[in-house]
Amino acid sequence: MLQDDLIQVGMNKALAGFLKKGAIYLFLLIGGATMVIPFLWMLSTSLKSYSSVFIFNLADIQWIPKTIYWKNYIDVWKVVPFARFYLNSLFVVTCVTFGQVATSALAAYAFARLKFPGRDKIFFAYLATMMIPGSVTMIPVFALMRTFGWIDTYKALIIPAIFSAYGTFLLRQFFMTIPRDLEDAATIDGCTLFGIFTKVILPLSKTALATLTIFVSLGNWVSFMWPLLVTNSIEKRTLPVGLAYFQELYQYAQPDWGLLMAGSLVTMVPVIIVFLFNQRFFVEGIKLTGMKG
Amino acid sequence: MARIKSADREAIAGYLFVMPNFVGFLVFTLVPVALSLVLSFVSWDMLTAPKFIGFHNFVSLLGFHREAGRLVSNDPLFWKCVSNTLFLMLIIPVEVMASLALALVMNQKVRCINFFRAVFFLPTITNGVAICLLWAWIYNYDFGLMNNIIARIGTFLSLPLERVPWLTSMVWAKPSLMLMGLWIMVGGYNMILFMAALQGVPRELYEAAEMDGAGTWHKFWNITWPMISPTTFFVFIMAVIGGFQGGFMQAYIMTGGGPDRSTTTLEYLIYNHLYSWQHVGYAAAIAWFVFIVVFIITVFNWRFGGKLVQYSHY
Repeated sequence: MLQDDLIQVGMNKALAGFLKKGAIYLFLLIGGATMVIPFLWMLSTSLKSYSSVFIFNLADIQWIPKTIYWKNYIDVWKVVPFARFYLNSLFVVTCVTFGQVATSALAAYAFARLKFPGRDKIFFAYLATMMIPGSVTMIPVFALMRTFGWIDTYKALIIPAIFSAYGTFLLRQFFMTIPRDLEDAATIDGCTLFGIFTKVILPLSKTALATLTIFVSLGNWVSFMWPLLVTNSIEKRTLPVGLAYFQELYQYAQPDWGLLMAGSLVTMVPVIIVFLFNQRFFVEGIKLTGMKG
Repeated sequence: MARIKSADREAIAGYLFVMPNFVGFLVFTLVPVALSLVLSFVSWDMLTAPKFIGFHNFVSLLGFHREAGRLVSNDPLFWKCVSNTLFLMLIIPVEVMASLALALVMNQKVRCINFFRAVFFLPTITNGVAICLLWAWIYNYDFGLMNNIIARIGTFLSLPLERVPWLTSMVWAKPSLMLMGLWIMVGGYNMILFMAALQGVPRELYEAAEMDGAGTWHKFWNITWPMISPTTFFVFIMAVIGGFQGGFMQAYIMTGGGPDRSTTTLEYLIYNHLYSWQHVGYAAAIAWFVFIVVFIITVFNWRFGGKLVQYSHY
């Protein structure tokens, strides 16, 4: 009798567990579909010709186009200088990322390890500026760019974007967690401070450096407002600004949505690839910067 | 040559290490903060010489005057943008709670978790212009996906459902942008922070509660919710701070700030004053207004954050 009860309880538990698992996957599938459907719509549109995008009969919408129109993916490079936008973005992102990681790492090492008068005051200034809205500094920097004559140059796209309190803060927090014994050992072996930085600190901080590299490059790959402000000519546009310019071509007509969606997808591909191979750095990086409370 | 003390050498090295970053920080952050404060007391179109006008920008921005016996604001557009920005921020609690719900589900030892996380994270790593173009197309009145779905539901239920002018009506434009915002935010940074916070709750607490016969709901309200409250608070505050500075790209790409300025946020207004109308000083004054609001929220966070939430004692 008792045994039967126990079996009954066990079965109920198993059933409850099964139902719970089912509910979880149902929730995830519905949620996942909501996320993916807009992107599938993007892909579907990008494979349609100008006229076949506009299906007047709403019941007749084609998710898989009857004739797949690959030509959008060729035309997108010709209608606007998309290759140029791509190269501009790659060049700007590479320079900014290298510059920011290098200068942030140097400064972060000094803030984490070296003693010098005013260190804590300077670091506090870095921290304090992190909450200032971007537009507060953007306005005078934009005016500075005009005074320097840097408008519509790569200098304006790259140099102001290099310096960030955020990168310095992130790396300093990480360097603080490295045990000092290793540096002491290196000092006894006659290593200079710069030697310690390059031979001890940097190799031990690969995760943090990779995280910062990914965040800075992603942030600049999608950066929009600043490149929009400081570029005038088509040749200097980065991808997001180029894409916006592409849309503006159709100001007075129904845009060629197939072409626009093809262009949008082309800008997404490299980031998705980078993300898929580096998911753990994203997760670690978010935890590292978000959990300071 | 006198030998340099090792402490001095360390100090010199320290300055050298900080120098490259600090010069940039000085030129592109510290000095500009001061400059923008100066600019907010100036009238300047970037062509003629700037003119000092005292508090005039702030009086135009925040002041009121009497007109036919009624109090009228000096810059109704500014106040309209303040209210637009606040209205668009009403979605934030929904976003935060949706991220938390998703994190709770994702934390249940789900198979293919990397796949699901990647799917939900997709909008976060996609460039915003592409997202805005995609949603402008989804919300397209004649051929967009949304009106398509509505028409199908209408046919299915044989109801005369009408197409919705998602981005072109005063009523719908803001909710449309909020819905898109929810779609972008739900699986982004906040969800990953929540997942980390949930993993940080000690298992013993749940085990002890289970011994006392606590159900799922009970465990959530009495253990999970208080234990993750610092993260919830942090996420919420950051979203509010971001909300005051948001809405530029949506306005620029999707709506042009319309219809009738109903989707112009403070950030887009700053851009308009700075770039379209060359009111540099006025733009700086609005930016400082946003700064002060953000500053008050941050101070509130420092001052009361610790009292409102339950910090872990482990």
